[in-house]
Amino acid sequence: MQLDDLYRRVIMDHYKNPRNRGKFEDGTVTVDLNNPTCGDKISLQLKVDDGIVQDARYTGEGCSISMSSASMMTEAVKGKTVEEARELASRFSALMQGEDVHFDDYEDIEALSGVNKFPARIKCATLAWNALRKGIDEKQHDH
Amino acid sequence: MNNAIREQFPILKQEINGHPLVYLDSAATSQKPLAVIEALRHYYEYDNANVHRGVHTLGSRATDAYEGAREKVAKFIHAKSTKEIVFTRGTTTALNMVASSYARSILSEGDEIVLTPMEHHSNLIPWQQVAKATGAVLKYVKLQEDGTVTLSEVEKVVSDKTKIVTMAYVSNVMGVINPVKEIAALAHRHGAVMVVDGAQSTPHMKVDVQDLDCDFYAFSGHKMCGPTGIGVLYGKQALLEKMEPVEFGGEMIDDVGLYDSSWKELPWKFEGGTPIIAGAVGLGAAIDFLESIGLDAIAAHEHELAEYAVGRLSEIEGLKLYGPRARKVGLVTFNLGDVHPHDVATVLDASGIAIRAGHHCCQPLMRWLEASSTARASFYLYNTKEDVDRLISALIQTKEYFG
Repeated sequence: MQLDDLYRRVIMDHYKNPRNRGKFEDGTVTVDLNNPTCGDKISLQLKVDDGIVQDARYTGEGCSISMSSASMMTEAVKGKTVEEARELASRFSALMQGEDVHFDDYEDIEALSGVNKFPARIKCATLAWNALRKGIDEKQHDH
Repeated sequence: MNNAIREQFPILKQEINGHPLVYLDSAATSQKPLAVIEALRHYYEYDNANVHRGVHTLGSRATDAYEGAREKVAKFIHAKSTKEIVFTRGTTTALNMVASSYARSILSEGDEIVLTPMEHHSNLIPWQQVAKATGAVLKYVKLQEDGTVTLSEVEKVVSDKTKIVTMAYVSNVMGVINPVKEIAALAHRHGAVMVVDGAQSTPHMKVDVQDLDCDFYAFSGHKMCGPTGIGVLYGKQALLEKMEPVEFGGEMIDDVGLYDSSWKELPWKFEGGTPIIAGAVGLGAAIDFLESIGLDAIAAHEHELAEYAVGRLSEIEGLKLYGPRARKVGLVTFNLGDVHPHDVATVLDASGIAIRAGHHCCQPLMRWLEASSTARASFYLYNTKEDVDRLISALIQTKEYFG
C-alpha cells in the first residue's frame, strides 16, 4: 500500500489551503450532510440562477480526504449548468469505482483517484459530492 | 503475559501491508484464540442439533453444551443462578430488552432515568426511546473535567423520582472505571434499579454482580475472545420474573392456545426462536480460556500497558490525550494535533497497525470533549510493549508526514 497514492500533493494543498470555505449570507440552497459512521460533516451552499451554479461554498469538519474533496468540488462546479454538475458528480462516482475517467475541466480532482485503493475512505471522498447531488435535486424540486 | 498467549491467536501471525499486524482495536472487538475457534468447529462437527426438544442423542449433546455455557457464564460473573442468565445477541440487545420490557412497564410521566454523557449509543438511545414513550425524563450526571464520574455528582441528580440509574462500568472512550457499586447502593436507597453496561469491563477484569449489587448487567461475547452474535443479560431473578418477554415464538412457550399462551420459566421465556447455540458454546470456551490465564493477571497486564502507553504518548508533542492520565484500563483515546483521526488511522494501517478512528458510538461524549472525532488504541491480553512502541513510532511518522 502506497500512502502517497492517497495523500497526493494536490490533495494536501486543498486540505491546507481550502478553496471556497465559508458561508454566504444568502446561499440559495443549503445542504447539511453527515457521515454517521465517522462523524464527518459538511454544510454546502449553492447559488443557482438560471440553471447555472453561480457559486458554491462549504463549511465542515472532516479528514483531509473529505475536506479536500469538498474544496475541489466547489471549484469544479462553479459556472456549470445543473445538468453538467450532475454529470460531474456521476463522473466522480465512476472515479471512486476505479474507472478511467478524466476531469479535463478541473484536473485536481484526478488526484483523488488513489482513494479507490482505500475502500474505507471512499465515503470520505464522496460526502461533498453527495451534498452537491442533494442540493441540485432540492433546487430542481423548487421549480 | 508472554508469547505463549500470542501463539493462541492465529490471526495475529499475519502481515498487513508488509508489516507484522499490531491489533489495537480490541475495544471494538477482540481476536479469538484457538480454543474458541476449535470449540465452534467441534460443536458443528460433532454436536450440532436444535436444543430443548430433540429426543435424539445430538439434541441432548447440543442442549448440554448450550446449558453448560450458561452455567459457565453464571459462575464467571457470580450470578446466584443460571435463571438469571439470558443469552442475547449482544450488549445492545440486552440493554434494549431492559429498556423496552422492564422500563416501559414501570415508568410513568415525570419519572426519571439517570445516566451519563459518556454512555455508548447502545446505553443511551434505548433510554431516549423509552423516555419518549412513557413521558419519563432523562437526567445526566455532570462529568468531572477529566471525564470521570464521581459519586457526589451522581447524588446531585438521583432523587426519589429516579426509577432507573444506568452507566457503563468502563467507558469505551475515556478508559475510566465508574464506581458502579457505590452508585448501585445510592440508586437502591432511592428505590431505583441499577443497570450496568458491562461491554468494556467484563473482558478485562473480575466481575461479581452480587458484590456490585446491580439489578441488570449486560455484556457481549465478542469483546472477550468469544464469537460475535452472543451476549448476556444478567438480571436479578425477582425482576426478570416480572418482566414480559420481548420476542414471542418457538422455544419460549409453556402452553399455546388459539387466543392466549403462557411462557416457559426463566431464563428461557426470553429466548424465543432457536437460540444462539454455537455462539454460547464459543462464549463458554472463551470464559474457560480467560479463566485459565486469570482475570487479575489480564487486568494487571493491561494496567501496565496503559501506563506505558500514556507515558510514551505524552512524549509526542502536540498529542492530546483524553481522560485521566492515571488509568487502569487498557485503552487510550487521543488526537494527534490537527491531523484528522481518519488520516492517522489510514497512515497507521499502512504500517500494519489497526486502531479505531471516529466517534466510537459516543456522539454526546465527543461534543463534551469538543472533538468531532478521536483516535483510540485499545489493548488486550495479547498485546505487548513492543506493540505500543510500534504505535508510537508510527504516530511520530504520521506527524512528520502531515507536518
